[in-house]
Amino acid sequence: MGLPCNPCQAAHPYFKWKEINCLSPTELKGNLTDAAVLSAIRSGDENGMAALYDRYSAVVYSVALRVLGDTGAAEDVLQEVFMQLWRNPGLFDSSRGSLGPWLSVIARHRAIDGLRKRRPETDIADVVVSVEPDLAGDAERARAMEKVRGTLGSMPSPQRQALEMAYFEGLSHREISAKTGEPLGTIKTRIRAGLLALRKAFAT
Amino acid sequence: MSVHEQFAEDLALHALGGLEGAERAALEKHLEECAACRRELEQLRGDLALMALSTAGPVPPQRARQRLLEAVAREPRRAAAPSRQRWWTLVPWVAAAALAMGLVAMWLQKSDLQQRVAGLENESAQQQTELQRAREVVSTLTATDAMRVTLVAAKTPPQPQGKAIYVRDRSSLIFLASNFQPLPPQKAYELWLIPTNGAPIPAGIFKPDAHGSATVINPPLPKGVEAKAFAITAEPESGSSVPTMPILMIGTGE
Repeated sequence: MGLPCNPCQAAHPYFKWKEINCLSPTELKGNLTDAAVLSAIRSGDENGMAALYDRYSAVVYSVALRVLGDTGAAEDVLQEVFMQLWRNPGLFDSSRGSLGPWLSVIARHRAIDGLRKRRPETDIADVVVSVEPDLAGDAERARAMEKVRGTLGSMPSPQRQALEMAYFEGLSHREISAKTGEPLGTIKTRIRAGLLALRKAFAT
Repeated sequence: MSVHEQFAEDLALHALGGLEGAERAALEKHLEECAACRRELEQLRGDLALMALSTAGPVPPQRARQRLLEAVAREPRRAAAPSRQRWWTLVPWVAAAALAMGLVAMWLQKSDLQQRVAGLENESAQQQTELQRAREVVSTLTATDAMRVTLVAAKTPPQPQGKAIYVRDRSSLIFLASNFQPLPPQKAYELWLIPTNGAPIPAGIFKPDAHGSATVINPPLPKGVEAKAFAITAEPESGSSVPTMPILMIGTGE
């Protein structure tokens, strides 16, 4: 069962005209586009948040859990990221990127901030994410996941290590250089080359 | 469009949030002026988003969903205005006779506060209404299922049309395209802001949908540029830093 729809929104002439008063339970499980889910969230439909959560909570939670290594802290990041979007859906600009990738980038930022016990450093309204695969469908996400793991698995170990330390541990290139004893320039090159390898895997 | 090589590695570090101090300041200054590097930064963030998928697998416990939906229910979008605390009702009216002068002063103060609160409430309600209207406009403009209709004189064959709405002070640009011809694969249309001085500035890449419609909303633009005209060219789908001739469409301010 979906949550009851806010009656004041259901009565709004716009929704009557569009005949989309609320997301039905079928729609929640169906193939709604991200734009349709966001549109529901913008209009204050709580079912839109449920649909969004069901689609992207695993991605957001996984990245937060990997960074923080603590299920409770990862749940807090999950809650914070989704609530920020509920409070202000305008934070995400659909003309400038895809929702799933944007959420994962925001989740990582927040988890790293939590790891370093610092105040949020990134204004999430400024984060623009450009990525090719559409991650809205379960099948697309599963395929992309497999491809990313394959690409990382085929990278030279030092390159993968540099990338993972930067991404999941939130270490700067200087910190990675100090930790591994590798020159700073080498670390910078490895990180960029690793990211470009991921991009290339999805360009073909 | 190529990224400036001297910033290529720093862009990746910046996307990861690892750039600090003078290096970060220098890159941010460069990003304000360089559309190619801004686009590369967006691409790198996309690459980072892919990286997140490498760890996807664990699912959050059911209680997390419940917790979120309860929090959402507690914070309806159109929240009621906060209730005023009627602190003044605690004034001991039984002592009114003895404190007449003081109460008169308090009453005057209360009236003044009430007026201010009422004024703020009105202002807040008005802003909420305006915000909601703006959201609905943007939502309609960007809706993938929106019907886009261009009206022309009867019996006129459909012509490609582009409408650019630009606010210089906010560097805000909305562009609506209709009846555009499809382009070959690997190609896209690119919108250009032609400034009164200097070279054309990339103002967004787009591909029309099956009906020939497309929208560009607030592409990254340098601040406060005065536009003489807007133009459209066909470019590689990753975009160009310099327009490739011929100019397919052009329009000056009305």
